[in-house]
Amino acid sequence: MLHALQLLLPAAVVAQAPLPNVRLDPVTNILLGTVVGILAVAYFVGRALRRQPESTANPAVIRTLNLRIRAWWMMCVILIAGLWLGPVATTVLFGLVSFWALREFITMTPTRRGDHRTLFWSFIVFAPLQYVLVALKAYAIYTIMIPVYASLFVPARIAISGDPKRFLERVAKIQAGLLICVYCLSHAPAILSLVLTTAPGGPNAPLWEIRRDAANNPVLGSNASVLFFFVLMVQVNDVFQYMWSQLLGKHVIAPQINASRTWEGLIGGTLSTMLAGMLLSWATPFGPYWAGPIAGAVALAGFAGSMTMSGIKRDRGVKDYGTLVSGHAGVLDRIDSLCFAAPVFFHLTRFFFSTMQ
Amino acid sequence: MNLTVPLLAALAKLLSGATMRWHECQPDTCQRVYFANHTSHLDALVLWSSLPGEIRDLTRPVAAKDYWSQGSVRRYIAKCFNAILIDREEIKVHQSPVDLMIREIGSTHSLIVFPEGGRSPGEDLQEFKSGLYYLSKKRPDLELVPVYIDNLNRVLPRGEFLPVPLLSCITVGPPMWLEPKESKVDFLKRARDAVRRLKDV
Repeated sequence: MLHALQLLLPAAVVAQAPLPNVRLDPVTNILLGTVVGILAVAYFVGRALRRQPESTANPAVIRTLNLRIRAWWMMCVILIAGLWLGPVATTVLFGLVSFWALREFITMTPTRRGDHRTLFWSFIVFAPLQYVLVALKAYAIYTIMIPVYASLFVPARIAISGDPKRFLERVAKIQAGLLICVYCLSHAPAILSLVLTTAPGGPNAPLWEIRRDAANNPVLGSNASVLFFFVLMVQVNDVFQYMWSQLLGKHVIAPQINASRTWEGLIGGTLSTMLAGMLLSWATPFGPYWAGPIAGAVALAGFAGSMTMSGIKRDRGVKDYGTLVSGHAGVLDRIDSLCFAAPVFFHLTRFFFSTMQ
Repeated sequence: MNLTVPLLAALAKLLSGATMRWHECQPDTCQRVYFANHTSHLDALVLWSSLPGEIRDLTRPVAAKDYWSQGSVRRYIAKCFNAILIDREEIKVHQSPVDLMIREIGSTHSLIVFPEGGRSPGEDLQEFKSGLYYLSKKRPDLELVPVYIDNLNRVLPRGEFLPVPLLSCITVGPPMWLEPKESKVDFLKRARDAVRRLKDV
């Protein structure tokens, strides 16, 4: 069915051959195996810490740690399941995560009765359509659909509904929700559609070959490992920033927005993430030199995402999106940095390490 | 076994993203009257769907006949959740809805009622209708359980027919009873405050 839909689009907007490799190849499996191993260790450490007496360990910190570890397991399982089932399944899974994040976002930001139809369009049309376009690899359309056309549609539709009260504010809320939860996050599965190269140069650049098969045909490195590398860098950055803040943190960046984010945490975390990126560069086409700066850019974007979402939460007077509706884990709390980092990583990879189709 | 009922309940829960919080109250199959604020047509369906399965089977929502007997889909849903349909236009003495409810629940079923009588237009609760008072006067053994439904009015507001899948929250509070010699006005006020208080827990 996907192919039938692709035929409807003008040839220029749909990516052509060579097709990227999106399988779980040996390189990806080594990366996945390492992460699963680390998570298993983290799980047992978390359990052991929970049994410690309260005098040696702060129970609140340990509860947060265990919740985090559970969230990472969830993320890992979802990603592996998606990558194992193929790029369309991965895109669908990211789409579901987006949908849930948008639910949390809009639930938290008050809208008025007149916004109901606009919200219906956002949830039922724009959010699914964005992911369909990503699955179709229609880069030229999915990069502008929400920032241009949805952004124009939303105010127009609210205006037609006839309620002028706090008009700009309501428009901004829905636009921000679509942009952060849907548009930005959709760039993560879009990584799977790139034909990766080891250097800039567009169509003429050398493809990311990892070996030759028996018939001497090139075997491309897997986009699955690049996607996993990206998600891993974002999560690792969250951990490093937290650790450096705890160890050295003195200068809080914006106490009213987030009291736990410090300059020491930001700098230490970013440098550590760059180092981690360089060490894992074998899973990417970037090579050790470029993996560092790219991981650094991901770290800064992830930090920006956490700060922005903290700002929105403080404005609404909630601590976590999870506590908004108790019992839910708060998807948006877990993916705020991922949302901001996804377009940055996608575009860096696309412009400098792909054939740009 | 009829699969439509659990499926319908799962769909309602998925669509409304409802979480159920039991605050100073435990799920129980004893005969209860759940009374809640009313802001959306989905209230009865979602509250009923969010109850644990074995309680759900024993619980019958009281719903407006003029809405739920309109069209085959609504009639079918009302039949699935075993609703007691009340004619709001023709409330008469010899055909009082309270008697009908008492007759229908017998000694096994629980009820879901919306004492505001209709969906409230604003944020705050409307005055409660007296049905709840007469119900507990005639059946003092029934546990009266206040329920606060939050955010469902945004999922499906008044006058809209397409729901937006936001998240909602249902809070069930501690049971109450009609005190001896308590006047109708005092009791209804106390019941309304019990629902309103759940907003902030």
